[in-house]
Amino acid sequence: MFDYLANPTRFMRLADLLIVPMAALAALLLAAGLYLGLLASPPDYQQGDTVRIMYVHVPAAWLTTLGYVALGLCGLFYIVWRHPLADIALRAMAPVGALFAFLTLVTGALWGKPMWGAWWVWDARLTSMLILFFFYIAVIALANAFDTPERGSRPAAILALVGLVNVPIVKFSVDWWNTLHQPASLVRSGGVSIDPAMLTPLLLMLAGTHLFFAVVVILRMKALLAERRIAALQLRGITGEAG
Amino acid sequence: MAEFLAMGGYGVFIWPCYALSLGGMVWIALSSWRRARRAAHRLQEMEESRAADRSR
Repeated sequence: MFDYLANPTRFMRLADLLIVPMAALAALLLAAGLYLGLLASPPDYQQGDTVRIMYVHVPAAWLTTLGYVALGLCGLFYIVWRHPLADIALRAMAPVGALFAFLTLVTGALWGKPMWGAWWVWDARLTSMLILFFFYIAVIALANAFDTPERGSRPAAILALVGLVNVPIVKFSVDWWNTLHQPASLVRSGGVSIDPAMLTPLLLMLAGTHLFFAVVVILRMKALLAERRIAALQLRGITGEAG
Repeated sequence: MAEFLAMGGYGVFIWPCYALSLGGMVWIALSSWRRARRAAHRLQEMEESRAADRSR
């Protein structure tokens, strides 16, 4: 399947077919999640209505982390197989991941202030998430640091791969260190540990956000592929129709 | 309605979370879509003019 989709033309044909239903489903999931999260779910017995921040903060945080795994894997594919589509995907993902990392940090601060009394603490979870944000920014900067964009591809891929070591640190920081940030509360060893009234909107927002990410990444890949083709045609025009 | 907006006194923290997230998502979706559309149009123009040049 990977070989089949590794052809950019075939990939784009499939993407064109899927993007509209995917976008519609993402919008539906997010709308249902927003309705349940804001209107139809109860306030938390300890955190009051601030628990509603969870429905945007947790999906953004999961997406930042999983998105970085995808980014690192693209880096690996590009380094090992030198496939141009892996580079395109990496360039398409990095800005979207950076946006969600930023949203995670900001919504976290807006949750931290009323619940912990501080916008920010140098806690292991918060600090490792901030480092993940910097990795995203650095990958974007490195990928675009050269006159010919392709020269930045390999350094950006290597950096994306190196940043993967930070992902388990983000995930397990709440278990390895004594953090102010609460440990995972969705799934614990005893199974699902959250009431269905809160679980449903959270799962809807999680699914909707991840699908949204896929849709935006496909759009950006389409843009990047077309821009590469334009650049190639322009170059051919300059060198006098050699191709 | 006012009670809903107040969010138990936490409205000033909750609403910016939702507004920023929604704003950020709309912004990146629209800008990505526009960029893809613009590039596709430009590419089509270039390919049409190349085809016209060749048939001349």
